[in-house]
Amino acid sequence: MEREDIYTFKSTYRQDMKVKGFRFGSGQRAACIVGPTRGRENQQLYICGRLVKTLEELEKSGAIANDKEILVIPCANYYAFNLENNFFGVKNLDINRCFPGKTGGEPISRLAGGIYDRIKEYTYTIQFTSFFERSECVPHVRMMETEHTNSSLANLFGLPYVVVRRPLPIDTTTMNYNLQTESGNAFTIFTKETENIDEKAAKGAVSAVLRFLTRMGIIRYECHSGFISHMLYEDDLTDVYAGRGGLFRSKVVCGEDVRYGTKMAEILDPFDGSLREEITASTDGIVFFAHNSAMINQYETAFRMIHRLHE
Amino acid sequence: MRETVLEFELPVGETYKIFRNRIEPQTQINSPGRLSIVSGTHGDELEGQYICYEVARRISEAPEKLMGIVDIYPALNPFGIDMASKNNPLYNADMNRTFPGSAGGNLMDRVSSGIVESLAGSDLVLDIHASDIFVREIPQVRLAEEFAEGLLPFAKLTNADMIWMNATATVHESTLAHSMNIMGVPTLVIEMGQGHQINKPYGDQIVDGIFNILCELGMWMGQRPRTHLPAISSDGSVEFIRSEKAGIFIPLTEHNHFVKAGDVIGEILDPFSGGEPLRIVTQQSGLLFTQRIYPVVSEGDLLARILTGAF
Ligand SMILES: [Zn+2]
Repeated sequence: MEREDIYTFKSTYRQDMKVKGFRFGSGQRAACIVGPTRGRENQQLYICGRLVKTLEELEKSGAIANDKEILVIPCANYYAFNLENNFFGVKNLDINRCFPGKTGGEPISRLAGGIYDRIKEYTYTIQFTSFFERSECVPHVRMMETEHTNSSLANLFGLPYVVVRRPLPIDTTTMNYNLQTESGNAFTIFTKETENIDEKAAKGAVSAVLRFLTRMGIIRYECHSGFISHMLYEDDLTDVYAGRGGLFRSKVVCGEDVRYGTKMAEILDPFDGSLREEITASTDGIVFFAHNSAMINQYETAFRMIHRLHE
Repeated sequence: MRETVLEFELPVGETYKIFRNRIEPQTQINSPGRLSIVSGTHGDELEGQYICYEVARRISEAPEKLMGIVDIYPALNPFGIDMASKNNPLYNADMNRTFPGSAGGNLMDRVSSGIVESLAGSDLVLDIHASDIFVREIPQVRLAEEFAEGLLPFAKLTNADMIWMNATATVHESTLAHSMNIMGVPTLVIEMGQGHQINKPYGDQIVDGIFNILCELGMWMGQRPRTHLPAISSDGSVEFIRSEKAGIFIPLTEHNHFVKAGDVIGEILDPFSGGEPLRIVTQQSGLLFTQRIYPVVSEGDLLARILTGAF
């Protein structure tokens, strides 16, 4: 294992932030795994740390293929982790809205650019990130649809779902979109949790990456073959919005197979406990995404369902 | 008259509302013109608050002279203003990256689409921003080249000091102005002053420009204010000066003054030592129209912008 500093952000009042990279094997730049850009993505950071540990063991046992190099960047923004902030710097900006970045630009643009230029040297890139919303979701691989998109490769992670997103203008400054536009082999993995650590989901995510690297001939590793992924377009998910604001009491969990009419959540008046709304399933399907905060605003997304799919 | 543009229920004891102040002519007018003034998309930019007040006040002095509808939206992001937060605190996103939204979407989409729908039908929209808390700006109109033909005649009437064509980030696709212009509703972005502050002379200058526009649209029978023509510039005639070192910036020139090539416009010093400061020298002569106010700087932070060529 070799360590390197990918980018150094200089500060007058804190220790400089050195974005660290961990390199395994040598030769062709085969795969790069990138961890959180937001400081509350604890689960994602945990997964990347575990990956570094596992890859180090695999390297010691000679399991990295000849002429293949893997780079892991466990964290692009540890300044924010130490403050439990999501975003970067005094301007409180989201690094994942600043790609591909620019060498002579704003501080955050230089940081994003420094990381991006290193990542894009690799054939396959795998990013761990999370949804903006206060939510949990079924583990899945996500790809942006561009002219290069080859979603069949995403199946090789063996996660239950592959979701293809048709990009909107708001996506054009994400890491994934830019890598996908350049190379066509940019994957994003969404794991169940974000702020809290879910041991089982973390293990699943590490296995998914190792499975992919094995199937691409980058490492040799005996692993379970996982799921045959179900592929869907994000547009095909059925959104369920809260009809009222209030205390949110969910009655279902992510991944659950619900039937038409199933009681999914109650929204209560927080002062007197009275029922403001009962959300019932408008279709048979699988709960793909669920709001997981105790409070919900009117029209906030409560659930996203995979319509008419059964377990 | 205060009207509710949109509202939704918050979890605990409160309703979220966006208001406008609609001022109508006293006499019946067939198909009256309509000017909309919006502000407070970024909650830390307050320059527009005075303008919203002052336009309504001047009309109330001679309401019989108004021959069209003036709609004033002081706060598109009311909670942001209340919390001095640029982003919308409800979903921690920059609202000016969420347009045009969609009427049947989630909360964020509905807020954006509700604003767009409310502004549709205006003859002209003025979207008034301030600078952030980091740099101070002279009153200026920023517009994208693709809409310049339709917008320039209006921009010249605003009494701003400068029209900046193609000011890259501010003409982003998912801004309110871009969405309105695409729909065929001419929308100008006005930027001035600095965050967390109100510069009253700048405000009065733009209010004069707004009455100049009202006269041009045949909506104001009062006297046309004396105004001046803004300087027109494109990206090619703006010199950006960025910090190449972290430290404390001390300006050594006045904002809105002319500088000559080779002038020292400021220095960057290290508060932990008494060592030689780094001198910041201009490469070109021109008007220093953007000046760093917030002293702490990182590598890449904007220190000044100079308008060259036009003088
Ligand atoms: Zn603004």
